[in-house]
Amino acid sequence: MVAPHFKQVLVEKVLVEQVLAEQFGDLLRTSDASRDGVLILSLPADEIHEAARILKKSGGRLSAEWATDDTPFGRELALWTAFAVPNVPDSGPDAGPDTKIDRFILIRSDVPLSNPAFPTLTGHFAAAYRFERIILSFFGIDSIGHPDRRPWIRHEDWPDGFFPLRKDAPIDAPFVRSNGSYEWIRGEGEGVYEIPVGPVHAGIIEPGHFRFQAVGETILNLEERLGYVHKGIEKRFESLPWTEGARLAGRISGDSTVAHALAWCRAVEDMAGLLVPPRGVWLRALFLERERIANHLGDIGAIANDAAFAFLLAQLSRLREDVLRLNKRLFGHRLLMDMIVPGGAAADLDAKGIEAIRTEMDRLSAEFERLVVIYDENPSLQDRVATTGVVTKKTAADLGLVGFAARASGISSDRRVRFPFPPYDELKVSEAIRHSGDVNDRVWVRIEEVRESIRLIREILARLPGGSALPSDGLSIRPQPGRTGLGIVEGWRGEIVTWVQAGPSGKVSRVMVRDPSQVNWLGLERAVLGNIVPDFPLCNKSFNQSYSGHDM
Amino acid sequence: MLRILYQTLRTGTVTEKMLPEADKEIEIVGNALKEEVHKRFHHSLTIREIDAGSCNGCELEIHAMNNPYYDCERFGVHFTASPRFADVLFVTGPVSRNMEIALKRTVDAAPDPKIVVAVGDCAACGGAFGTSYASLGAVENVVPVDVKVPGCPPSPAALIRALLEAVGRS
Ligand code: SF4
Repeated sequence: MVAPHFKQVLVEKVLVEQVLAEQFGDLLRTSDASRDGVLILSLPADEIHEAARILKKSGGRLSAEWATDDTPFGRELALWTAFAVPNVPDSGPDAGPDTKIDRFILIRSDVPLSNPAFPTLTGHFAAAYRFERIILSFFGIDSIGHPDRRPWIRHEDWPDGFFPLRKDAPIDAPFVRSNGSYEWIRGEGEGVYEIPVGPVHAGIIEPGHFRFQAVGETILNLEERLGYVHKGIEKRFESLPWTEGARLAGRISGDSTVAHALAWCRAVEDMAGLLVPPRGVWLRALFLERERIANHLGDIGAIANDAAFAFLLAQLSRLREDVLRLNKRLFGHRLLMDMIVPGGAAADLDAKGIEAIRTEMDRLSAEFERLVVIYDENPSLQDRVATTGVVTKKTAADLGLVGFAARASGISSDRRVRFPFPPYDELKVSEAIRHSGDVNDRVWVRIEEVRESIRLIREILARLPGGSALPSDGLSIRPQPGRTGLGIVEGWRGEIVTWVQAGPSGKVSRVMVRDPSQVNWLGLERAVLGNIVPDFPLCNKSFNQSYSGHDM
Repeated sequence: MLRILYQTLRTGTVTEKMLPEADKEIEIVGNALKEEVHKRFHHSLTIREIDAGSCNGCELEIHAMNNPYYDCERFGVHFTASPRFADVLFVTGPVSRNMEIALKRTVDAAPDPKIVVAVGDCAACGGAFGTSYASLGAVENVVPVDVKVPGCPPSPAALIRALLEAVGRS
């Protein structure tokens, strides 16, 4: 049975590239910066939607879409698209797990300043819907044929013609509010009413606006409107030296500080050709798994609490606090901020520390399992979470959802498995996949991931390599002009894509960060349809998206 | 149901017990806070939290003030959904351009006298994000601030200490 799979991989590998090459001939160029697992191509902007169609047909997903202003290089604007393409299409039970690995195909297209536009990809990928609204809002590049030309993240009162990510827009450009207005989607008909919520919500949560159209208690439509916590992070990266970016990346979304700092560092290391010593690589995974556990514990408790089961919140927030306290004691920061730096890890662990974590994992595991039984056996809780907020596998695939939200709908999406960055290439993560796509399954994926993270932490401690966590001969980040780097990390929410580009003098020219929430917010809009309004908080919590990571 | 009971009994009261260094302090500061709250706020101090642009790190630690270790309700402190009931406003983050108006409105909606606490380095001085087209920096650039709590993010213990300072000033 092994041999045919092997063949299939080869055939498929040839196929995507061959089809693209045959289709586009001389128009398609391959960059010499391509490497194992990451293929970088260039193609005229007019052809990109055709390439998107071909990539979609071979099982690809639009992972990110962004623009750059390349005027410092003497060029004009550019559109970048990143597709995650499976080596073997998901073809039922026959596709063995070892072949379920993705590659990334990045395509760059020149966009002229005189006519900043390209044909939309929304016909092939729903995720393009918001990516392209962001490109329009921040670069003034139009996506022709896009069904929605309203700004996104940019609010309607921003100055006309101000495109912050263009090179001619200073970071501290004077800001005079204009009189724009936002066209909401309206619902009409007998008994249809509207509930606007936010931006300031009722709890201790990030700001955003939600508008429901409902009949009776049933939600007909939900429209999200975000951008309230947009802090200009991508622009700010451009004004910082490479050595300071990790700190800012660690503050893109405070609950994912490890994951974002890691994605940023991996992108920079990729760009500059830096090597991380083995101990640094493994400590980074330790931090990443501790972050995953802490967030999953807190969120499972919070979901139960939103279904009026405060007991689990109290118990699980206690366990979460234990993890944070040990973080503080061993590494100096409760949330592990600034532990990941270019070249390695800023904190280390001695034998006593290893023992402390082992003891903690034993205790955590025992306590957690008792609580899982209580979660599972409580009928009034199950009544609220089961069949609530369903995202079907098809919807999840159409939207290109990532992370635990995708896995709860039956889609394999764990980058630790499908694009295993070290040390996960050696750790062999077992991916948690469930199939009903409801609140309950989003909880269950996270329960299984807590278990798996505990197992991984034990294994990391057992195999932790010796030596230093940072390069012994210091670190200098000197990329070639124009060089780019890609960092892909599976944070607790899901896939983070960070892309960096060095300018003509080797300084930061552009940083693009795609937080999982930038795609998964679309999933929430679909999950709540047909549910009752009082279940919205529950659905929302079961995704627990980042506003800050989305708004940047 | 029995399982829940067992778990509750097995856990016991974790408040102020498990890790002595931090908890002794919480107890001392917390009791001082409780006294002030009793004296000046009729046993009940109400906080409204406003995220004006934070990375959400500060929110995580504000949440932690309610976990069983800190359990700030035992000092008479609780969080409210409406600014109309608030004695204290916890504001986090650098103030983003897109939250500027909502922040001002929410602060205005809280009755006087109110205590505005800038929670975290961002709120206190602009933090990692500085000022730009999108970020107005420290909270005091937008609304008057009474107390600043440094830290990125400040720990729950630091937040409880800051509350004591805040009510002491009122
Ligand atoms: S102070 Fe730190 S944790 Fe708080 S919002 Fe700012 S960056 Fe986030």
